[in-house]
Amino acid sequence: MKIVVFVKVTPDTAATVKVDDSGNVTWGDAPLVLNPWDEYAVEAALQTKEAHGGSVTVVSMGDESALEAIRRALAMGCNDAIRIDDPALAEDDTLSTAKVLAAAVQKIGDVDMVFFGRQAIDGDTGLTPAQTARLLGWPYVGLVAAFRELDADGGTFTAERAIEEGRQVVASKLPAVVSVAKDYGEPRYPSFMGIRKAARAKVPVWSLADLGIEAPAVKVRLTQLMNPPKREVQCEFIEGETPEEIAEKLADKILAEKVL
Amino acid sequence: MSKQIWAYIDHFKGEALTPSWEAVGAARMLAEKLGGEATAVVLGNGMDAVVQQAFAYGAEKVVLVDDPALADYRPEPYTDALVKAAGESAPAVILFPTTTRGRELAAMAGAALDAGVIADIIEMDVVDGQIVTTRPVYAGKLLAKAVAEGEPQIITLRVRAFAKPEPDASRSGEVVKVDAGLDESAVATKVVEYATTEGGVSLTEAAIIVSGGRGVSNNPDLTPPPDITDENEIEIWRGKQGFKLIGELAETLGAAVGASRAAVDAGYIPYDHQVGQTGKVVSPDLYIACGISGAIQHQAGMRNSKIIVAINTDPEAPIFKLARYGVVGDLWKIVPALNEAFKKKLGK
Repeated sequence: MKIVVFVKVTPDTAATVKVDDSGNVTWGDAPLVLNPWDEYAVEAALQTKEAHGGSVTVVSMGDESALEAIRRALAMGCNDAIRIDDPALAEDDTLSTAKVLAAAVQKIGDVDMVFFGRQAIDGDTGLTPAQTARLLGWPYVGLVAAFRELDADGGTFTAERAIEEGRQVVASKLPAVVSVAKDYGEPRYPSFMGIRKAARAKVPVWSLADLGIEAPAVKVRLTQLMNPPKREVQCEFIEGETPEEIAEKLADKILAEKVL
Repeated sequence: MSKQIWAYIDHFKGEALTPSWEAVGAARMLAEKLGGEATAVVLGNGMDAVVQQAFAYGAEKVVLVDDPALADYRPEPYTDALVKAAGESAPAVILFPTTTRGRELAAMAGAALDAGVIADIIEMDVVDGQIVTTRPVYAGKLLAKAVAEGEPQIITLRVRAFAKPEPDASRSGEVVKVDAGLDESAVATKVVEYATTEGGVSLTEAAIIVSGGRGVSNNPDLTPPPDITDENEIEIWRGKQGFKLIGELAETLGAAVGASRAAVDAGYIPYDHQVGQTGKVVSPDLYIACGISGAIQHQAGMRNSKIIVAINTDPEAPIFKLARYGVVGDLWKIVPALNEAFKKKLGK
């Protein structure tokens, strides 16, 4: 099995993200991390490799800060890594990104499976996995919660996807693109040896010329980033002698809001 | 010809999801501002009832692809059908509800039509003929204004961010049937089965959510059954008792049950219930947070709730900064009392 897992670097979930006075996004000294949703994709990719043999290549598009995400994935057990970086990619949208990622899959060649996290916690679009699949012309199985079976030689697999109504069990042909839901299970912690190996790993950088494509057109633009309006709420604390008295007052307050 | 403003109707086995009607309402709003026609797009097999509903909710026209290959949702044939239909009537805008299928299909349609896709918006306006959208990024820690160029523009609408129109069953309109020429044998994916969860209110669609955090396990008066001896198991048992309490209040209010990441990670309740940056992002009319301190990850998932009520023993808990009403107290005493008070007042 030749497996590719795409990852992205994002600010930590605990970061306080703000737009500063000059209009730039800042998160203070909060660390950059492997996008939390991508950890599940790396875990699923590694488990697939462990069960069926082969290799996992972690690929990230981005400047040198992307190495934070790449090294974490390498430390977890990915075999090798590629970073895609090009000055012409300074502006992007999900479709232009998907075009670059699809080109990378084709350049790597003979890939059986591509793994994605469900979305990145910065842009929160969740579009790129399905778009990459469509551009490759491969089947897409999104939000995989579990694999029921995978026949690498026969080129088929069956997966449970997490949908609003529960689980949809889908049989698909390979090669395919999947995104992985949190239901898949806890991602592993990198081992000490893994961290040392990842720190020393040389990560090749591919440009658009290496991929043999021009910078794809960008159709969606963010024209403004804003701090959300402050919630102008003053908390009214409900007090009373007994829980029953407090509950009685609170229930009346809630009913008066007419939200029930 | 007037502009075609499409709204995709998401359904599960022929039953439309409510957010689809929010999309129809938004399509009508856009059609008025842009001078166009609000058209519902129905893909599936045996969809007559959904077509009638689409008219009732305000669609002026319905584009219908009814094909056995669409009996089970899979993104490939659904995208092919949508692309075929779009090729025949060149919509200017295609709106989708941001459900699992809606988001996926919007993404694929964008790739297939080489069109810009703006995901999960909470507002939109028309400025000089251009649609300007607002969408949360960094899980709502920031807002972004986004525009797309070219046609069609594909936009997915956050569930509950746009009003659901009042249905009127007397309405009707033109149905444009499209033959997409699908071939099931050419589809690379097959649906083997469904394992659906019964009952309960869906978190993202819920108007009321009662949520529990780590604090729900904190009742020293409870004695765990003697067969549970492991300390970790005892804590999980305590957490589950806490969520029983949360569940009872939720049932009285017809609410969904939410949870903080701490409660999910501790094993009190399955991940499906997690509200927050790595869980579900919700915006109900009423959010009752019980034993939740309000970490920034949790706030990111619920800060857009209309009325927030917090019950916590710690008066300094950050959740009180978001709350309209707060109770500093033990949820084990307050929640059952609140449940009784509502039962009485709501006549249950």
